[in-house]
Formats: sequence, C-alpha cells, structure tokens
Amino acid sequence: MIPKGLFKKANNELEGRQVVEEFVEPTMTCPDCGFEVTASELKENHEVCLKCGHHFRMNARQRVELIADKDSFKELYAGMESDNILDFPGYDDKLRSSKAKSGENEGVIVGEAAVGGHACVMFVMEPEFMMGSMGTVVGEKITRAFELATEKRLPVLGFTVSGGARMQEGILSLMQMAKTSGAVKRHSDAGLLYIVVLTDPTTGGVTASFAMEGDIILAEPGALVGFAGPRVIEQTIRKKLPKGFQTAEFLLDHGFVDAISPRSGQRDMLINLLALHSEEV
Amino acid sequence: MEAYEKVLAARAKGRPTAIEYINNIFTDFQELHGDRRYGDDGAIIGGIGRLCGMPVTVIAQEKGSSTKDKIARNFGSPNPEGYRKALRLMKQAEKFRRPVICFVDTSGAYPGMGAEERGQGLAIAENLMEMGTLKTPVISILIGEGGSGGALALAVSDEVWMMENSIYSVISPEGCASILWRDAKKVKEASECLRLTADDLYEMGVIERIIPESDKDFSAAYLLLQTWLKKAVDDRKGISTDELLEKRYERFRKFGAR
Repeated sequence: MIPKGLFKKANNELEGRQVVEEFVEPTMTCPDCGFEVTASELKENHEVCLKCGHHFRMNARQRVELIADKDSFKELYAGMESDNILDFPGYDDKLRSSKAKSGENEGVIVGEAAVGGHACVMFVMEPEFMMGSMGTVVGEKITRAFELATEKRLPVLGFTVSGGARMQEGILSLMQMAKTSGAVKRHSDAGLLYIVVLTDPTTGGVTASFAMEGDIILAEPGALVGFAGPRVIEQTIRKKLPKGFQTAEFLLDHGFVDAISPRSGQRDMLINLLALHSEEV
Repeated sequence: MEAYEKVLAARAKGRPTAIEYINNIFTDFQELHGDRRYGDDGAIIGGIGRLCGMPVTVIAQEKGSSTKDKIARNFGSPNPEGYRKALRLMKQAEKFRRPVICFVDTSGAYPGMGAEERGQGLAIAENLMEMGTLKTPVISILIGEGGSGGALALAVSDEVWMMENSIYSVISPEGCASILWRDAKKVKEASECLRLTADDLYEMGVIERIIPESDKDFSAAYLLLQTWLKKAVDDRKGISTDELLEKRYERFRKFGAR
C-alpha cells in the first residue's frame, strides 16, 4: 500500500527523513547463500530464501496459515500460561519477554483444523517462545491434543521446533517426555495416524519423545535434528563436527526420517498422506 | 545436606554401582547381552535373576569401578544400543510375565557422534512409549545420578524410588549453570535451583519412596530394597493388566499443568 502523502514534497528536513525511514525495510541475509532479502519478500515466500531455498524459522501462526485450510483452525487451550513453579531465577522475566516477542502464551499452539478437507488435530511449536522448550504447559497441551484426537478418532499433524525440555521447570519438564509419549502411544494403539514435521531446530527432550514417535516423520530441508546439541557433542568428543551433521538430510541418509518436505510442496504432501489414510474411498 | 553436597555424594568415588545392587538383592543372576540390532552396550547391564525366589528381569545402568571397567562401560552413559537392549529385555519380560526392576545411574545418554548416527533420540523415545504400556509391573530405583532423558528411558514405571543420596534432574547442574550464568562454576546455585534431591522430588510427588543409606555399609539398604521390591511386585499380582497400565498412565499424566 502506498501511504498518503508519499509524493508530497517534505516541508522540512525532519519530515523528509521520516518519510524515507518508513520505507527502508530491514533486509535479512541468507546464512546459506548470502542473498539479501526483505522481511516482506521472505514472508511472501513462506520464509524460504528466494535464491537458494534455505528455510528460515517460521512462526506457529504462519505455519497454520500455510498448512491448514483457510479459517479452519479452531484453537484450543489458548489461555494456558506457565507459572514459575520452582521459583527459578529469571524465569518470570523470560516468560514475560517470550510472550511479548512471540505474541503467544506458550511454546505451542494446538487446535482442530482441516487440511485439504481432512479433519485433524494440529499442534505447532513456536520458535520465538523460549525456542519451543517443553515445560509443563507445552507438555500438557500436546498431551491434550493426542487425547482429544484419540477421543474423536482424528489424525494428529504436528510441527516441532524445540531446544528440548525446559530447564526452568526442572524435573517436571522431564516428566512431560513420559506424559506426551504415553498419550502418543494411546493414539497409536487406537489405530490412528500421527504425522510429524521436524523443523529447525528439533533437539533434546522433544527429539527423545514425541518428535520421533510419528507414524510418518518428515523434516524440512536443512533442519537441525538431534538428541544432543552440536556444541555439547563437540565438547564431549573434542572435535569439530563434519558439515551437515544432524541435518534433515543426514537423518534421511541414516534412516530416521521418511522424507524431506520443502515448504513449497509441504501442504500437498501432507494432504496426499492424509488422503492415503482416509477411510473414505 | 545442601543440594550440591547431594550432587557430590551421588557421584562419589566408591559409591556402590548397579552391579553391587544386583549381587546383593538378587540370586541366580544371568546376564543377557546385546540389542540384536547393532551391538552390546556395556553402560547397560540386563539379565534375569530371582527376587526372593521369583524370576525377575533386571536392567541397570552401570558406571564401572576400575578405570578399565569405567571405559568399557563408557562411564555409564548409554548409546542407542543400550536402550534398545533394555527394551528387548523388557519385551522379553512381558512375554514371560516377569516383573522388571530397573536401576538408574547415568550422567546422561551419551552425546557422541555414533549415538546420533544410530538414533539416540529415537531409542529413548521408543523406550518412553513402550514402557508406558509394558504389560508387566516395572519398578525403577535411582541409585546415583539420574541425568535427564537418558535416565527417564529406564524410569517410566509403576513406582520410582530414590536412594537417599541420589539425584534426578532435567539437566546437569554444570549445564544449567553455564546456560543460566554462562559460568559452569556456579554449580552450587544451579543445584539448588533445579530441585534435584530425593527430598525435593518426593515433595513434588515425582517419586514414591526414599531408601535411607548409612555412610559406609549398604547391606541394610539392600535388604530394605529387597523387602520393598518384593512387596511392590506382590501388591500388583491381583491387579488386572488394564488397571496396571491405567495407573501407570495416570502416574505420569498428573505431572504439571492441568
């Protein structure tokens, strides 16, 4: 949109500068190819580099927009917020700033949605909220997502991004790994489908629980996926890791993911997979 | 005792490792090796023995005692094949209707290249998923360090107990300190914040029992464990499998926000 008065001559130096500033859009540099791209161009292209196809991180709401049928996403448990249960230093501030930064109440959003007309329960983790770390609220929302899907006999479609279990909630964060895995197992034992898309980065306690428990595991190109973080491994083995270690492509090579799923065709791939599991012929 | 002293006690040189618990609590123990997929992980010992005469499957993380032994056991940090061996033996126990007793003692699952190449995350995830519905009683005891997911992979159980001087935590105090204060030396503060002692965990309802220790002689602790393990297994004899699994699900379901 062209703002009003754009072509009007500036009355003074200050006014002139203001108009110019409004139009300098911040650019991002692609870490893979160095291409300079504006935030809006990137958004338009679903946070994928226009030149080399590098997948930038993406907010949970943007993902829902990309994947779910228009206006089909009905969010659930949106009001759940974390408390500083252990009185952990700095956690209150961290929660406050994460809320402000992400615009979300916690590190995952859950809802019922339709994808290509297929009803499902979706969970999408949020990188801007403490890098999607799993505390008690994230664990509870994901558990509820699987329990609801089991009750309604719906598939679950999940998108992971996480630094792992959330340190600030101590052992209760660790327990979420067992809790979510229990709910995934019940959903699975009921004969229902769980598709998970691993996005950059998916590590730690999330990798070691529901991220790796899908019937079908997809990963976005270049995504870092692992149990231990690369820095921890390097400190342990006192060596630099080879290029490409723990990327989605590395996992594909080693047999741990079913397919790489670039964002451009991701919705179609998911619709096809959902259709292949649909009971209607 | 302060939290950090507990951390030191849990890691203390000369503290009994899993082998000693096995030798003192069970009879006729036969070790069973390998995951039937890749290899045999020395960091996890598995086998069958008798608990007061009753056959049980025992799975334990073993840190080793001599330097050579410690290296062979990777200081108690399992690779994926260790977790897969554990799961294989748990499934075997289910088939033959044997209760499973797990001893947990690890600083964490091993963060190495090979571990990642062979799917450390997947191996742990599969254990969490399968243990939750294992159709036989499972009791886990933390005897030293309970380091994060690598410990939990042997502790999705009907009851979880801790030795008085063991710890159980989502992250090591060193790891926590370096993230929080960018200073790995602030371990004392981190140990307090994490609430990782047996008392803390009992208070939070994460464990069912604390096993008292005396300074030098563990024989009283072994006897106590033997008695309580026998009772825990006997108490579950009259329970249907459905009820057993429902209770196990609820045990973990209740943790955290509702």
